[in-house]
Amino acid sequence: MYAQMVKSEGMKSLEEMSPEERAFQERVDRNEKIEPKEWMPEGYRKTLIRQIGQHAHSEIVGQLPEANWITRAPTLERKAILLAKVQDEAGHGLYLYSAAETLGISRDQLTEKLLSGDMKYSSIFNYPTLTWADMGAVGWLVDGAAIMNQVPLQRTSYGPYSRAMIRICKEESFHQRQGYAVMMKMAQGTPEQKEMAQDALNRFWFPALMMFGPSDKDSVHSAQSMAWKIKMNTNDELRQKFVDETVPQAEFLGLTVPDETLRWNEEKGGYDFAEPDWAEFFEVIKGNGPCNEERLGARREAWDNGAWFREGLTAYADKAAARRAASNMAAE
Amino acid sequence: MPSLPDAAMPDAAALAQRAAAEQAHDPHLADVALKPAFFDWLCRMGDNSLILGHRISEWCGHGPALEEDIAQANTALDLIGQTQMWLGLAAEVEDAGRSADDLAYLRDAMKFRNLKLLELPNGDLAVTLMRQFLFDAFHFELLTALCRSSSPRVAEIAAKALKEVSYHLERSSDLVVRLGDGTEESHARMQAALDKVWPYTGEMFAADGVDEAVAKAGIAPELSELLPLWQRTVAQVLSEATLSQPDRDFAAQKGGKQGRHTEHLGYILAEMQFLQRAYPGASW
Amino acid sequence: MTKKEWPLWEIFIRGQHGLNHRHVGSLHAPDAEMAIRNARDVYTRRKEGVSIWAVPSAAITASSPSEKGPMFDPAESKVYRHPTFFDIPDEVGHM
Repeated sequence: MYAQMVKSEGMKSLEEMSPEERAFQERVDRNEKIEPKEWMPEGYRKTLIRQIGQHAHSEIVGQLPEANWITRAPTLERKAILLAKVQDEAGHGLYLYSAAETLGISRDQLTEKLLSGDMKYSSIFNYPTLTWADMGAVGWLVDGAAIMNQVPLQRTSYGPYSRAMIRICKEESFHQRQGYAVMMKMAQGTPEQKEMAQDALNRFWFPALMMFGPSDKDSVHSAQSMAWKIKMNTNDELRQKFVDETVPQAEFLGLTVPDETLRWNEEKGGYDFAEPDWAEFFEVIKGNGPCNEERLGARREAWDNGAWFREGLTAYADKAAARRAASNMAAE
Repeated sequence: MPSLPDAAMPDAAALAQRAAAEQAHDPHLADVALKPAFFDWLCRMGDNSLILGHRISEWCGHGPALEEDIAQANTALDLIGQTQMWLGLAAEVEDAGRSADDLAYLRDAMKFRNLKLLELPNGDLAVTLMRQFLFDAFHFELLTALCRSSSPRVAEIAAKALKEVSYHLERSSDLVVRLGDGTEESHARMQAALDKVWPYTGEMFAADGVDEAVAKAGIAPELSELLPLWQRTVAQVLSEATLSQPDRDFAAQKGGKQGRHTEHLGYILAEMQFLQRAYPGASW
Repeated sequence: MTKKEWPLWEIFIRGQHGLNHRHVGSLHAPDAEMAIRNARDVYTRRKEGVSIWAVPSAAITASSPSEKGPMFDPAESKVYRHPTFFDIPDEVGHM
């Protein structure tokens, strides 16, 4: 997902908990929202900062593969739609950073952690967007996979995170649909367009499956996060749901999912499908994916080149405040 | 999920037909003698917003702060929307079966009619913002005058665009003031940006036969009338920004309106038109 | 100039229907005036007829806030921001 492999702290049983911890857990169990200034276990706070921060970083880095095609969008309308979508992602990053900031870390601190490589972002954004069909595939598959995770997270226990998710989900639905609309045009278009569409599906299918993270059935971290309701489903559940929803959509397009083992399993009421190459996933997470350097490089450049702008505006605000104070004094 | 009722999105053809029927009668659209100049002038309006919108859209994902990234995208979206309206009307006036997209994606550089100022590379954001301010100050006065156009169609587009451009001007002039009077570095960058783009600004006011023809028909104002208004805004903002007006000919760089561009435009078009050129006739 | 982060602001918006201002989210800005402008760009996509309040986050004294999710009002002219703008055939199922 946008937050993959977020490390969480060790899990305790209710009996092992301090009275504060137990009261906290019971509130979470009753689906009460936890709000910023309230008591929370340190592990909960730290895990949330990592998770929300990673999610925010993914939105910002996630602007780049699509922004790559804004200047090449094939019609004025497509250009406006794509630009609006990538702009929304900046907005989503902003909402999420704000949610993280309620936990006692600043946006600049989070940004520095991203740029230093201290914090990660989703593996999916380290894949290149090579043709216009990728604008379809990214909207359809990548936003589609993100929605799988984000819809349940609207019910997450941390109030600011939950509210950010509600706002984001409202906007994301348009994103997936615009992606699918691009795919339909391509799949029903000229032979070359159809070829591009199939190629995009071929390249993005497994990376999209990787977005949910490795199987977490044995993960202690995952169990703790689920108990705290900052993770609502297991990675495998979400991946299965994604495949079950996406395969018929691919069939409708007349495109072939690049998995020869894919078949409907009547018994479980879902598809059997091939695992992605997890060795590749870990390499991408480590920084060795096709576009890691470009993506982080672009973010660093934007940050460094923007320093004079941010500082200039701060300096003006300080001067203006001083001028106002001086004129108030003079008036008295 | 919030969703518009389907009834809100009837099919586009019916919508366009109804809109056309409701359209005020515009005698200029049938004026054969005026047509070449009117078409050319509409392309100037549309190409200005297209090329500037394109340039600003290059910032998306690369802005200095999220808030600025989002604001820049809003400006670009407004300009792309204005392009659709101006080039849409240009296509109607031309009446040769071309669409707004055809005009945007299938004309070569010599047929583009935008100001050279707007095709300059974005530079360091100081250049982007200074260019934006100097154009906004002109664009605002032009659209204000166009709201009184003898062409109801032009006046209608101008009224919609003016709302957006008033905000563009408010934003860009404020940022020029703040950054000009910010740190030593931001001041130096803004001054350098001003010096760089200044020689391209005079083209906005350099009237040729096309401008004269549409002015004579009452469609557009005399450009010379806009100059003192622009000069007043610019002088006021630059002074507040502690920046000095360059001591250079402000009209040294001209020709964009007649299709004589900088080398930069070719690269913009190569990128922008790639798909339409590589896959002729495909639908996207 | 030492590095100094733009302060955080809480944004409250009143729509055209005369309801109270409501909290829609936060953002960073160097001063109040820019906070208002950034709020227009970030939270209203510049839809007109709204009133915006910007309050420094540091100036807010909170008990235990508990509120529902913020409203989202897309600008009316940007219809493609709405999912129903994209015509997805029924056979494809929910999206």
